[in-house]
Amino acid sequence: MSRAMRPDGEPAFFADYVAAGGYEGLARVLRELQPQDVTQAVVDSGLRGRGGAGYATGRKWSTMPVVADAPHPKYVACNGDEMEPGSIKDRYLLGRNPHLLVEGMIVAAYAVQADAGYIFLRAQYDHPYACLERALAEARAAGYLGDRIMGSDFSFEIYLHESIGRYICGEASAMLNALESLRPNPRARPPHMTGAGLFSRPTVVNNVESYAAVPGIARNGAAWWKSLSASPEGGTKIYGVSGRVAKPGCLELPLGTSLRELIEVHAGGMLPGYRLRAVVPGGASTAFVPAADIDVAMDFESLAHVGSRMGTGTPVLLDDQTCPIGMTLNMLQFFAQESCGWCTPCREGLQWSAALLRDIEEGRGRMEDLDLLAEQVWFMGPDKTFCDLAPGAMQPLEAALRLFRDDFVAHIESGACPYSRGGSEVPVEEGATWAEPEPPAGPPEPPAAPLAPAGGAGR
Amino acid sequence: MSLTDEERQALEELLPHYPDRRAAAASAMHAVQQHRRWLSDDALADVGEFLGMSVEELDSLATFGNMLFRRPVGRHVILVCDSFACWSLGYAELRAALEARLGVRMGETTADDRFTLLPIVCLGACDRGPALMVDADLHGPLAPGDVPGVLEAYA
Repeated sequence: MSRAMRPDGEPAFFADYVAAGGYEGLARVLRELQPQDVTQAVVDSGLRGRGGAGYATGRKWSTMPVVADAPHPKYVACNGDEMEPGSIKDRYLLGRNPHLLVEGMIVAAYAVQADAGYIFLRAQYDHPYACLERALAEARAAGYLGDRIMGSDFSFEIYLHESIGRYICGEASAMLNALESLRPNPRARPPHMTGAGLFSRPTVVNNVESYAAVPGIARNGAAWWKSLSASPEGGTKIYGVSGRVAKPGCLELPLGTSLRELIEVHAGGMLPGYRLRAVVPGGASTAFVPAADIDVAMDFESLAHVGSRMGTGTPVLLDDQTCPIGMTLNMLQFFAQESCGWCTPCREGLQWSAALLRDIEEGRGRMEDLDLLAEQVWFMGPDKTFCDLAPGAMQPLEAALRLFRDDFVAHIESGACPYSRGGSEVPVEEGATWAEPEPPAGPPEPPAAPLAPAGGAGR
Repeated sequence: MSLTDEERQALEELLPHYPDRRAAAASAMHAVQQHRRWLSDDALADVGEFLGMSVEELDSLATFGNMLFRRPVGRHVILVCDSFACWSLGYAELRAALEARLGVRMGETTADDRFTLLPIVCLGACDRGPALMVDADLHGPLAPGDVPGVLEAYA
């Protein structure tokens, strides 16, 4: 996926991309393969979705109707709503190699015989947006998009759509609502999106990085993709490391590279004076992995064995001088704020969990609160809410209660946060119901509500 | 007020992207906001008239998305990431430096209408934390002392 990337860090556009073998996969597919063969190649590659859930990409495609009398139009949609805290890989891919997504989507569209594609991009991705806009124009000019692509009888167009904001739009079915300009609540399933998705038409939704893996598989085959891996799961992964390390950033590596190698070799190790405490391996909805377990391979199965998930595969590190409870509170507050409010356990439960956690962090906690929090983890577990937002929010909380018990007790017994980074530094959003507002210094002013309703808190 | 010719043209160009007019609502509001900075009731009425939708229908969407502004904003919007990676790397100090320099708190606009300061969730730039955006530009990692230099570029 990094082949065409320029060493100077500038985006690789058409000339760079083609020089690195770009659009050869598409040419081969249109020349040699039936649509079902393309889907079969993706099935054989073992590619699993890179957006967080890890669903088998080829299996998803194979549920699209491709028979002669299949309903049209059909759609392919790309989830580029990279908003889960800690996730930095799609920005990297799109800013460095935007044609990869374009080619991946065209190949996918051929495989499922789609008529149009949408790239749903989060609002703050101005640079990726500009890169994609140019890549799409170049692809159109070269005849890779539009009517009768490369002389075949396959026609396809891609549209860019910028989000109006909010994390829930990254939930695939909520994203379809957002694309239709409906209120972006998640949809009930069934029906599945490949049966009735965007505009009630058969739709495949994949993450940016999932599509980005497709051109290589199209060009070199499933066996090649599998051989790149350090794991039986096959292929490569865009990993990204953030936190107090020497060289934070993104890098493509064999899937299954160990967390230790990522941190100590590729990210240059911890900064002097800091020790690693735990890792959030793939976004705020993945459970902390303790420092003792960092020999784990960063793949789907191995991370499950240490009680966590691959998620987006972009670890954020917790160091020994940052309050683990403050960090967990920050994550929980994110989910509470970004809940769409559609179902009660998520809308109410996340607010309450954050309030309990804030009490503990700020020295007002009681030992019973730990039991209450554990109950919330159960109440908002898998299959008890309308979508996966609340269960995702519970993953770091569950891990924190398990791994940082001593810290919780220390906060409660001493009535304060013992860390320099934590406590009063936790951001408090305007209008939050659980925090006492600080008395304003000087003459009283009218209360300032946020211009943009970033928070659902207190609303 | 009604749509300017420029705004109308921008909206016309969006329509072919969607199979029906109503589906263009989010993009249409984005487009008008680019011309007017924020979406007044009049702006929603203009978009509604163009798309055949009521102000209320548009408002239900506009108030859901935090990047559609239903109150006035300054010439430049600063989005400060407050999610956990930036939080652990110095968000609080950066926010304090911004508030001190601008003389406003989160959610407010400077008296000269130059900057609006807003919180934002993860910008996908954890490797550059603590990070912020001014308009379309990403900045990071930033120490509190970098704030005056960053702001200087935005008149």
